[in-house]
Amino acid sequence: MNSDVTDFASLAPAYPEMLLAVGAVVLLLVGVFINKERSLLVSYSAVVLLVIVAALVVLQPVDGVLFNGVFIADGFARYMKVLVLGGSAFALMLALPHAVENGTHKFEYSILVLLATLGMMMMVSANDLMSLYIGLELQSLALYVLAAIKRDDSRATEAGLKYFVLGALSSGMLLYGASLIYGFTGHTNLQQIVLAIATEGRSIGLIFGVVFLLAGIAFKISAVPFHMWTPDVYEGAPTPVTAFFATAPKVAAMSLMVRLVIDTFQPIAHDWQQIVIFLSIASMVLAAFAAIGQKSIKRLIAYSSIGHVGFALVGLSSGSQGGVEGVAVYMAIYIAMTVGLFACILSLRTDKGYVENIDELAGAAQTRPFVAAVMAILMFSLIGMPPLAGFFAKWQVFLAAIDAQLYVLSVIGMLASAISAFYYLRVVKVMYFDEPVHEFEAVPAELNIIMAVSTFLIVTYFFTVGSPLSSLARSAAGSLF
Amino acid sequence: MGLGIGLGHYLTVGAILFTLGVFGIFLNRKNIIVILMSVELILLAVNLNFVAFSAQLNDLQGQVFALLILTVAAAEAAIGLAILVIFYRNRGSIAVEDVNMMKG
Repeated sequence: MNSDVTDFASLAPAYPEMLLAVGAVVLLLVGVFINKERSLLVSYSAVVLLVIVAALVVLQPVDGVLFNGVFIADGFARYMKVLVLGGSAFALMLALPHAVENGTHKFEYSILVLLATLGMMMMVSANDLMSLYIGLELQSLALYVLAAIKRDDSRATEAGLKYFVLGALSSGMLLYGASLIYGFTGHTNLQQIVLAIATEGRSIGLIFGVVFLLAGIAFKISAVPFHMWTPDVYEGAPTPVTAFFATAPKVAAMSLMVRLVIDTFQPIAHDWQQIVIFLSIASMVLAAFAAIGQKSIKRLIAYSSIGHVGFALVGLSSGSQGGVEGVAVYMAIYIAMTVGLFACILSLRTDKGYVENIDELAGAAQTRPFVAAVMAILMFSLIGMPPLAGFFAKWQVFLAAIDAQLYVLSVIGMLASAISAFYYLRVVKVMYFDEPVHEFEAVPAELNIIMAVSTFLIVTYFFTVGSPLSSLARSAAGSLF
Repeated sequence: MGLGIGLGHYLTVGAILFTLGVFGIFLNRKNIIVILMSVELILLAVNLNFVAFSAQLNDLQGQVFALLILTVAAAEAAIGLAILVIFYRNRGSIAVEDVNMMKG
């Protein structure tokens, strides 16, 4: 037997998760004993904790497989973990202003965000169907509660209920797929499953299992036809909670999908490719058309996020290293754009509360020129207008698809991107060319900072973060091949 | 597995239970409690699959997985019922047709 010290040292690849778990429990205790009026202190501490964990991930890169092979730490996991942690930290910061009105002033809010983040990190590092399921449920159970955190609001509770029912259904489908994969390969460990598939070949039971498993994950990334919960939950949940839903959980579920199809199901690439291509086309096309008729800004963002998942899946369908690199870059840029967008929405408040409908944004360019300009830039970036970051995200995934000779998919994707320009530009038109109808309240300083950072990164992407991000994404994707 | 009952039979029962659960969620027009029961039915179908495969493969991992699912299902039911209670407090009803504030 090794001594305790060396045993603990051998857990180094899981240090970030352990720190986050311990930190969340400590903050829970602090939250219980602290004065209720000072519970925002827990939120600030939670942001600091997330930053420390992210620093640990970056500064202490240790590869390894732990706990009888259920946990893996590699370059891809680290890249995605940093995105997840960043998304969660920004979502917590977005919840700080007007916390009482949003129901996010309770200390439980930040604890739940921390636990959900822990679940996401476990998803990203899952190397076994069991740890995959536990991580996914740790994330989902926390998210169900977060959707309904504003207990006295009937729309938030309805959002929570819908999310719970459909989320439980998706977990059930994922598990059914997992049981079939276990039965037809004899293993739950992902690396052993690859070997089993490679030696025994594909069987119809295995393909059924893969379909169910991918359907369960498609629910979590809200790809069409498993997207129906997204607009309702995004609309009903308090806006800072929606901001959290739209960022970190998507990245975690997407990285789970990437690891499964690229690594585990690599011997049956032809089969999963058809599924991913279908999900991708359906998401891009449906989102582009369904968003046109939306009046609520949060429903519009929901459809926009469905569309962006479709674009990211374009990169994945190529099944190549370049494609995975494209997905990694896409998710990073998607997070930056989404955080900025939610900062804009949260900073446009009238005396009646947050702006809900697109019409209420009318004339924001005259009353709040900075917010309107940021929002317009973000809209152009979401369309994919060069030289903004959104263009480079799409460019990379489509390039990978064309390299893999998926010409039809690429053409449909570009057409969907062109159609989606309509609904993004409608928001810009309402802000810049309609007469103002509302007075907007002053913008909290935190939101101004987040908007400025997000815009700076998106506008100067090509000259600043672009090439380092690509090289990080390249080495992350390389660790899967 | 004696008496001529083999893996195929267990998988068939599992598949039927799973289908009943999924239909129970989508076709049920009455009560949200029934939806929660359907979710449990799905998880039980999965457990049956795991245990049957585990016995067939002579491998313990499937049974470990089934125990994990049981544990998580308990936590999930607790959270589902908690959300249902606050929903009832706000709306005074748990009929499926009353979950209709957001559409589009």
